[in-house]
Amino acid sequence: MKKPLFCLLIVLLTGAAGAQEPILADPDSAQTDSLAPPSHDFFLAADSSQEPMGIALAWEPSQGIPVMLERASHDSIFLPLSTQEAGARSFVDTTVESGVEYLYRVRMADSNVVSATVRATAPHAVQEYQFFRRERLNALLLFLFYAAMIIGYILMAKRGASLFIRKIAGLDAVDEAIGRATEMGRKVLYIPGIMSVDNIQTVASMSILGYVAEKTASYGTDLEVPNKDPLVLATAKEVVKEAYLKAGRPDYFQEDMVNYVSYDQFAFTAAVQGLMTREKPATNFLIGSFYAESLIMAEAGNAAGAIQVAGTAELAQLPFFVVACDYTLIGEELYAASAYLSKEPLMMGSIKGQDLAKVVLVGLILLGVVLASFGQHGFVDFFAQR
Amino acid sequence: MKRQVPIVLCFLTGAFVVVAFFIGHPLVVDLNEKLDELLIIVTAFALVLGVVSFAQHHTKKIQRKQKDWRNSIVSLTSLGLMAFLGLFESMLKSGAVIGDRPAFDWLFTYAFTPLQATMFSLLAFMIASAAFRAFRIKNVEAAVLMIAAVIVMLGRVPIGQYILPHSLEISEWIMNNPNLAAQRGILIGAALGAASMAIRVILGIERPYMGGAGD
Repeated sequence: MKKPLFCLLIVLLTGAAGAQEPILADPDSAQTDSLAPPSHDFFLAADSSQEPMGIALAWEPSQGIPVMLERASHDSIFLPLSTQEAGARSFVDTTVESGVEYLYRVRMADSNVVSATVRATAPHAVQEYQFFRRERLNALLLFLFYAAMIIGYILMAKRGASLFIRKIAGLDAVDEAIGRATEMGRKVLYIPGIMSVDNIQTVASMSILGYVAEKTASYGTDLEVPNKDPLVLATAKEVVKEAYLKAGRPDYFQEDMVNYVSYDQFAFTAAVQGLMTREKPATNFLIGSFYAESLIMAEAGNAAGAIQVAGTAELAQLPFFVVACDYTLIGEELYAASAYLSKEPLMMGSIKGQDLAKVVLVGLILLGVVLASFGQHGFVDFFAQR
Repeated sequence: MKRQVPIVLCFLTGAFVVVAFFIGHPLVVDLNEKLDELLIIVTAFALVLGVVSFAQHHTKKIQRKQKDWRNSIVSLTSLGLMAFLGLFESMLKSGAVIGDRPAFDWLFTYAFTPLQATMFSLLAFMIASAAFRAFRIKNVEAAVLMIAAVIVMLGRVPIGQYILPHSLEISEWIMNNPNLAAQRGILIGAALGAASMAIRVILGIERPYMGGAGD
């Protein structure tokens, strides 16, 4: 009688006033192992009402020796939780998941004597949230400024302002590359990367595919678009079909022009490499998001003697494409391609807006460099990623 | 109507995702996560389209005895065999076992995985041949590239210190200064380009999902 009272007193001292009554041993639900049966001289209490995201444990120190706390969750397998020095009487388990029930026991460090098992449920976490995420204020301000620049230039373009965009060699080469395939009587191969349509590079690639398909339709050149992702397959099929319709040659469109290969990265790579080696397309477009397969494909195309136009924003793959392809769209050029090729004034406006925003950003970076050099870090800290 | 519904849907979902980035309310956060889950569900259904496209493509090749049509037999047989074993293996009376493993597991471990590794290992040879072409000194830029590459390569191997003293320090400087500066320049440009394209798509100015630019 004396010992349980002592134990309860410890719980109260560790902040367990008003605590739920500790649920005592439940040996049936715990794993039975080679340990000695629970000792009646060794008591443990658990409480979850005082800690916001933890369970407070308290035990009666036994003969002043270190103890090992053990915990089990759903599977009832006890695992070591913490080793406590001799004389320690309490511990708060903060590694619990909200609302999950746990079993605890204490084991004497130098023997297999264990306490009875107690059960406690971790309190449900009270979620605190901000309606507006203040740490993202910097991103919001930059986004609003950027969107204003782009929309402003789009409106200017709508009013008929003439807009100039510098020449992009890789995009000027698209027509030449398709023309070469037409002259040689071979097909054009278009690889839209290996990522799905939720990747913005794939979306950009679909825009360029539309242009390429329109040209192949006009010239009567064969086009093949092998795919790794099934969603890209569905999108690419729609894009190519629409382009053939736009070019006035819907009869030239064949369903298996856009086909599915494999969801596996290297199975897809093997199929494309085989296609390049066996069928020797005159022109290869490798435009989208690529990873380890980029160089394997580009080198295969290079070895087959094809003219190759590549485009990606994946930094690690750019050197591979630069080395193995004739033309490479680097980063932002990939996203500007649709506007550049279509010469659509509204789209050109967005590119001009983007360029102006870039000038302002360069100014901000220089200002940050100067301020940081003079020990003023507030400006840089405001724009730091959070 | 057929053209307007996708544009409106694109605008609403695109604008919601942008707004959700700045809002911490659990309802908005949950809905945003649900949109991600929706993509996974749609992909699962689209995979059926992929299998149908694959089967049609290769069946047509075999029927018309097109070039390399025998490869298509191998492709279709592999697809059929793996699908059959994966779906019905447990239903087979004695179980399909090769050695001490289930047949599906055996084929995956001893056929598919080595094939994958073989393809990946080709990369080493491709890098060697591409590097050979890149390092041919045709002009001043190519010479600078080659010198920088040689220093970085020496800085990455222990023996490099003996061949070229301070190669580690010089290679670190090359990687952390000119190289990183160029990478960040490309990265900032690409990020701005991606944001610009996202705005065009959300506003319906560019519609790659409908076959290109707006009318």
